[in-house]
Amino acid sequence: MTTALAIKGLTKTYGNGVQALRGIDLVVDEGDFFGLLGPNGAGKSTTIGIISSLVNKTGGRVEIFGQDLDTQLAAAKPYLGIVPQEFNFSIFETPRQILINQAGYYGLERRLARQRAEKYLRALGLWDKRDGAARELSGGMKRRLMIARALVHEPRLLILDEPTAGVDIEIRRSMWDYLRRINAQGTTIILTTHYLEEAESLCRNIAIIDHGAIVENTSTKALLSQLHIETFVLDLNGPVAAELTLPGHALRVLDDTTVEVDISKESSLNDLFNDLSARGIEVISMRNKSNRLEELFLHMVGRESENGAQA
Amino acid sequence: MTLTEKYNALKTIVIKEVTRFSRIWVQTILPPVITTALYFVIFGNLIGPRIGEMDGYRYIEYIIPGLIMMSVITSSYANVVSSFYSAKFQRHIEEILVSPTPNYLIVIGYLAGGVGRAMCVGGAVTVVSLLFSDLRIHNIFMTFSIGLLTAILFSLGGLLNGIFAKSFDDISIVPTFVLTPLTYLGGVFYSINMLPEFWRSVSLGNPILYMVNGFRYGVLGNSDIAPLGSYAIIIGFIVVLFAVSLHLLRRGHGIRN
Repeated sequence: MTTALAIKGLTKTYGNGVQALRGIDLVVDEGDFFGLLGPNGAGKSTTIGIISSLVNKTGGRVEIFGQDLDTQLAAAKPYLGIVPQEFNFSIFETPRQILINQAGYYGLERRLARQRAEKYLRALGLWDKRDGAARELSGGMKRRLMIARALVHEPRLLILDEPTAGVDIEIRRSMWDYLRRINAQGTTIILTTHYLEEAESLCRNIAIIDHGAIVENTSTKALLSQLHIETFVLDLNGPVAAELTLPGHALRVLDDTTVEVDISKESSLNDLFNDLSARGIEVISMRNKSNRLEELFLHMVGRESENGAQA
Repeated sequence: MTLTEKYNALKTIVIKEVTRFSRIWVQTILPPVITTALYFVIFGNLIGPRIGEMDGYRYIEYIIPGLIMMSVITSSYANVVSSFYSAKFQRHIEEILVSPTPNYLIVIGYLAGGVGRAMCVGGAVTVVSLLFSDLRIHNIFMTFSIGLLTAILFSLGGLLNGIFAKSFDDISIVPTFVLTPLTYLGGVFYSINMLPEFWRSVSLGNPILYMVNGFRYGVLGNSDIAPLGSYAIIIGFIVVLFAVSLHLLRRGHGIRN
């Protein structure tokens, strides 16, 4: 399988002495939908900045589809489309001008640039806004404009740095659908996000970065299998005593008709329901207390922080 | 990038830059034309006749080349410094930086914008000057080439200012405290032969003097400086500033972290 992105020993120390990256190794295969997760200041945006050649690295190597950024930068750039976290388009230009110009910077002939601009403005639902000033677009539209701009030269690798931040749920879902579609058509996607539900829903593989180092890098499925305990919230059809306990289960009463229970991977939900039925308690609905990936993420980042503190 | 792709990238930057200053022509083209027209009225028509002749020319005829050149210098510089710094400030310079467009095309593209605006302003000022004098061009090639080369040089100066600038204050300091004094002392309104020997020698260290006099030679056939000296100074500065601009862009100075 072709490697879309290969990072080896990537380090970055800023002028003020802050060590943002401490030797990152990462490989993303072509066609993957890859999540790069981490808390604020973990090094995600620095990594993306280096890949997009907007941040100078201190050490290490980066290859995009086999093109080394140190020696074949111009050859590597057409493979890459970048959607940055901050808005970075001219607020005085129109969405159509922005896309036509971006296509031009990649060497596309003017007529083709116009066709591509129309194609991607329509695909991202911005065609009606094509000739208005970009500054007048809503936050969600600005995010979609940046996705359209990143796609206008049809890159094989698309990197999105928190593309759905501040976007309402309806538009977020439509953006997910669009990203899934272009991924299915062959575009490799790397996504950073603070919405872990987003990563769980979209990404096949996930790396977690913390304090400038990769602390986990595996498939989403394998990552979630590391979760040993899940907490469920149960809504009951009648009141229960505040001091209710259930031997063999870690159960806590939240209010007179709601309890939460920790279920380990080795336990069966049937055992829980049998025990509740035996006491005449009927469950009318059940949900995960929090996103599964979120629990794991907090556990991993917390664990690494503790290790770091001990070191 | 292939040659055609490079051409398309350059064309894109040039169209973007020309569109930018054309869209806001009331701010970019009109003000220098009005200011220079006022110079013509005040120094040419009102005060000029009392001054008399300068190097054998009516005073208004003597100052016209310098005033055209002054508008070329300020327009080319202002266009590139404001466009480049604004692209940095809004971060849309990143649109070009992530693309495969080579640095030298970025420099040339921005220069084209500065030169385009300078030619529009210079042309408009020339047309206005015809209302005040019976202008005859002595050497059209020299007039045009010195004007063009000067616009290129000050576009490069504006680009360097834009690269180094960290705030909007930084883009007004050089024009206010360096460019304007050098232009006024660059022989726009007088001949350096009128100055005492010491100040005449000091004036020879002002590069703008060579541009103003080179252009004046093209228009009137009169100059304080040997015409070839003007070309040498301008081209020398262009080569140095172009190389420095490329070096800074390659290093990512002020635009890459």
